[in-house]
Amino acid sequence: MSPHLRRLATKELTINMGPQHPATHGVLRLVLDLDGEKVIKCTPYVGYLHRGTEKLGENRTYPMVLPLTDRLDYVSSMANNIGYCVAVERLLGVSVPERAKFIRTIMAELTRIANHIVWLATHALDIGAMTVFLYSMREREKILELYEMACGARLTVTYPRIGGVRCDINQEFIDACTAFINEFPSHVEEYERLIDQNRIWLVRTKGIGVISAEEAINWGLTGPTLRGSGVPYDVRKCAPYDAYDQIDFDIPLGTNCDVYDRYRCRMEEFRQSVRIIRQCLEKLPGGLVLNPDAPGYDMAAGPRKKPAPPAPPPAAGAAPAEAPAAPAGPQFEDLYVATEVPKGELGFYFVSDGTGKPYRMHVRAPSFVHASVLPRLCEGGLVADVIANIGTIDIVLGECDR
Amino acid sequence: MIITGATDIIEVEKGVKVIPGANTIIASVDKLVNWSRSSSIWPMTFGLACCAIEMMATGASHYDLDRFGIVFRGSPRQADAIIIAGTLTKKMAPVVRTVYDQMPEPRYVIAMGSCACTGGIYNTYSTVQGVDTIMPVDIYIPGCPPRPEALLEGIIRLQNKIKNEHGKWGYWR
Repeated sequence: MSPHLRRLATKELTINMGPQHPATHGVLRLVLDLDGEKVIKCTPYVGYLHRGTEKLGENRTYPMVLPLTDRLDYVSSMANNIGYCVAVERLLGVSVPERAKFIRTIMAELTRIANHIVWLATHALDIGAMTVFLYSMREREKILELYEMACGARLTVTYPRIGGVRCDINQEFIDACTAFINEFPSHVEEYERLIDQNRIWLVRTKGIGVISAEEAINWGLTGPTLRGSGVPYDVRKCAPYDAYDQIDFDIPLGTNCDVYDRYRCRMEEFRQSVRIIRQCLEKLPGGLVLNPDAPGYDMAAGPRKKPAPPAPPPAAGAAPAEAPAAPAGPQFEDLYVATEVPKGELGFYFVSDGTGKPYRMHVRAPSFVHASVLPRLCEGGLVADVIANIGTIDIVLGECDR
Repeated sequence: MIITGATDIIEVEKGVKVIPGANTIIASVDKLVNWSRSSSIWPMTFGLACCAIEMMATGASHYDLDRFGIVFRGSPRQADAIIIAGTLTKKMAPVVRTVYDQMPEPRYVIAMGSCACTGGIYNTYSTVQGVDTIMPVDIYIPGCPPRPEALLEGIIRLQNKIKNEHGKWGYWR
């Protein structure tokens, strides 16, 4: 290096990004150590939206926790509700009618589309493509209208219930949903036409944020962020819940492990979701939508009644057997149930002491795990790519900080 | 209204008259300042939680805040209003207060959603029970989250509030 150039050597600079920053998707704060344009250290700070959801959950009965879950990941609230309901149903041993399973699957996939639309809109807006935002939010409104038709709410829906869904869908909804999925693939093509071959988009996304399959697994990534690295892990396939075991669909995979491949994965998921919804609407069975024996809002906070094991028939002439004495103290049991929400694997972990309230409720939020991989993605890259990396891991801070 | 000639006087707002042909506005300073101020409220791009998604939806193509002259600005130093959209936590409160202090006068605050108004369902150890505990609030919009129409209504009320201000101009105000 010539002495002239050596004089130009840059000094390390520490800058603070967030928590008030338009591109950090909420209140994420990053402290970046920069050497010129190069990021040499990236430290994420979370907790600016810590609302104490898990602690609140411990003081409420299982049905009363449900409205808290749609405020976790508020972009895909319906999927969070479904994840919670599936977990509580396994814990309490509540069965779900077939029709409710299909309605939930439809709603989960509509939510996947709505979530990916918000992801695409903000990701493209951050990278500099404003038009995609305006185009894609138009379709999101149609999905929110479908939600309103089904349950009356737009964003925080609380539509699924433990043991089914709150109310049945009508023919008007089915017609509107069919019309939506018929036209939606053409809109996906429209978004792709805007950015798929866009030279700026390609330069900003190809070869950025590369993470190999092995590393992605070790970091605990899930969802499209993992599948972009070519790992075919999807809870809908690995441990099917609701109606996913009766539906035929593919898991889109990436090969280059970069921001562009994760974008391609999510764009393909749009089409797969449409395919799932179409099959669900075709196969939609009749019947009840809510198990009448499921616990409702009047669930007692005290000890739960367990279904009695079938008593053996008394032997002829023998004295009736004494009922076994109830064991003293709380009976602890724990359970972890994962569902595939649009962002990845959302898990609910319950420790139950046999009462109507969870003794401990933990949420395994994909956004929290994904936020931890940011230093790995950003370090060594340029400061402009930090924005692309935040976009590609698709985090929502409500779920991350809980 | 029919414009018949260049010399017609058109009342575009109560107390603000325009002569289109002559490039002239006739108004008192109060009315003129309030009219222009209320027609271009630039709120800050600042979302805290769930309500920010509804705020985003309101700003997007379907509800289109641009028709009210509302354009989101990224910097507090160029913003007229701040929409506190979402739950304010105790960790976030000093940041929000700093952002508010950075905004130039006159500045307006819209508390959007139950959490920003009163703390809402989050009555916990980590949540500020209403944003009015740390800054003055002009408009409260309840709802969890409020619908975009409710946000629009709140913004129109803020415009009406600005239109009825007196003497909020000049360095001696």
